[in-house]
Amino acid sequence: MLEVKGLTKSFGALRACDGIDFEVKEGETHAVIGPNGAGKTTFISQLAGNLRPDAGSVRFAGTDITTLPAPKRARMGLARSFQITSVYPEFSALDNVALAVQARSGHSFRFWRKARGDPALVGPAEQVLEQVGLHHRKSILAANLAHGEQRQLEVAMALATEPRLLLLDEPMAGMGIEESQRMIELLSRLKQAKTIILVEHDMDAVFRLADRISVLVYGRVIATDVPEKIKMNEEVRRAYLGEQV
Amino acid sequence: MGRIVGWSIGLLLLIILPPLVLKLGQPFYLDLVRRIMILAIAAISLNLILGYGGLVSFGHAAYLGIGAYTVGIMGFYGITSGWLQWPVAIGASALVALAIGAVSIRTSGIYFIMITLAFTQMLYYLGISLEEYGGDDGMRLKAKSQFSGLIDLADPVAFYYLALALMLVSVFLVYRIVNSRFGMALRAAKSNDARTRAIGFSPYPYRLAAFVIAGAMCGLAGALYANHTNYITPGLMSWQQSGDIMFMVILGGMASTAGPVLGAFALLLLEDLLSGWTQHWQVILGPLLILSVIFFRRGLSGILYKPDA
Repeated sequence: MLEVKGLTKSFGALRACDGIDFEVKEGETHAVIGPNGAGKTTFISQLAGNLRPDAGSVRFAGTDITTLPAPKRARMGLARSFQITSVYPEFSALDNVALAVQARSGHSFRFWRKARGDPALVGPAEQVLEQVGLHHRKSILAANLAHGEQRQLEVAMALATEPRLLLLDEPMAGMGIEESQRMIELLSRLKQAKTIILVEHDMDAVFRLADRISVLVYGRVIATDVPEKIKMNEEVRRAYLGEQV
Repeated sequence: MGRIVGWSIGLLLLIILPPLVLKLGQPFYLDLVRRIMILAIAAISLNLILGYGGLVSFGHAAYLGIGAYTVGIMGFYGITSGWLQWPVAIGASALVALAIGAVSIRTSGIYFIMITLAFTQMLYYLGISLEEYGGDDGMRLKAKSQFSGLIDLADPVAFYYLALALMLVSVFLVYRIVNSRFGMALRAAKSNDARTRAIGFSPYPYRLAAFVIAGAMCGLAGALYANHTNYITPGLMSWQQSGDIMFMVILGGMASTAGPVLGAFALLLLEDLLSGWTQHWQVILGPLLILSVIFFRRGLSGILYKPDA
């Protein structure tokens, strides 16, 4: 589904990504973990098309997308959520999701008919809100949602684009224990049907959700394996997991 | 105050104004309000890109000038039919907006402001250099646009009602546009550019299309304005004029349906009131405007209505 070869990105003297090889198979949930500054967000940004790599290639569903801009990748079915909540604060939760539905329903050069009353947009948007458990909050402005709900909305917007691959950048960031549990439940339901790349600090979540884990340290993938093997991996323990396991 | 009540009262006042002021022997006010309504169309068009699109165009007067000069120059060559003049004015404004927008929308922030200003300054100096069409002094409109006797712009009342009708049409058009799929995409791009790209919208074509629509609508205001003053000067494209239009939008309330209309009326009525009182009216108007921006962040419409969702 996704194949990354030799991905390299430098900022000045800093090599944030140093020849990353990475592969995601259809249907799997593939977690990317690593200590702070390992290059996870830089890596994700190159997958989503927000950053252009210095070298290497990204293939998605058989197409080379290395140089494609973010909107094109999104329309191909590569959806992302952001580490720092990124929604439309002055729009309602329903509007937020309906916009994501609209983005995948062809061009938007339609100037007359009201978008808010359009069942082709509102219907699917309500379904997605239902799916992530936000339906009862649909008419609340995104700015007024609780932090955890905004994180759910992030996921809802990514889902609403009907992605073939979900790129989740720390969906649990800043969440309390209870909110995290709800997010983990949501993601474990999603993983039945979706291919997911999950970047996450919450080890509990990672080991519960991931089918495979890649460990990123100093811009390199030092190991990719099933969770049990990663837990045992000496190099990984030294570099990262330390006391947490 | 409810929206419907507000619009009804405002509309009623505008409709009964002509017989009222004529009866009172004050036809000057007919002229003033007509001018306000024409400039309100310019403000309505700017609100589409500034308020809903987040494009801070500091050169919107360009299209006022292009619309006006189109009518003036066609009249100069004996083409006085409004059926021809006005569509050409709108089309020419749209084309220029397409060219300016295609370049400037690739930039953002302060660069966008500066580029739109620079383009309009170029047009301003072009207007000054056109000796044949009056150069610095401007040109007199030989005859008002003719509409095969259907409506006579020389009749101040008829012209007044035409301006009112076109202002209302502009309000309605922008209202429909910003609530359509196109408008939602445009507003989304303003609200959060990164998120908008991430869900699959490329903001550029939507912004450019909005820029062209706004230019075209402002071109219509220009055609009206030429007929209103019978005189066209490069000053119509000056940066002060751009600033005036922008201020109407900000004062009235960005991204609100009624905002630019309220702003145009408030700014120009105040200007008229103060200038009748003292020569140094700008000394009073300036601070008033600053205060209004500080205290009424959503403009006049924000005082009257709850925010638009």
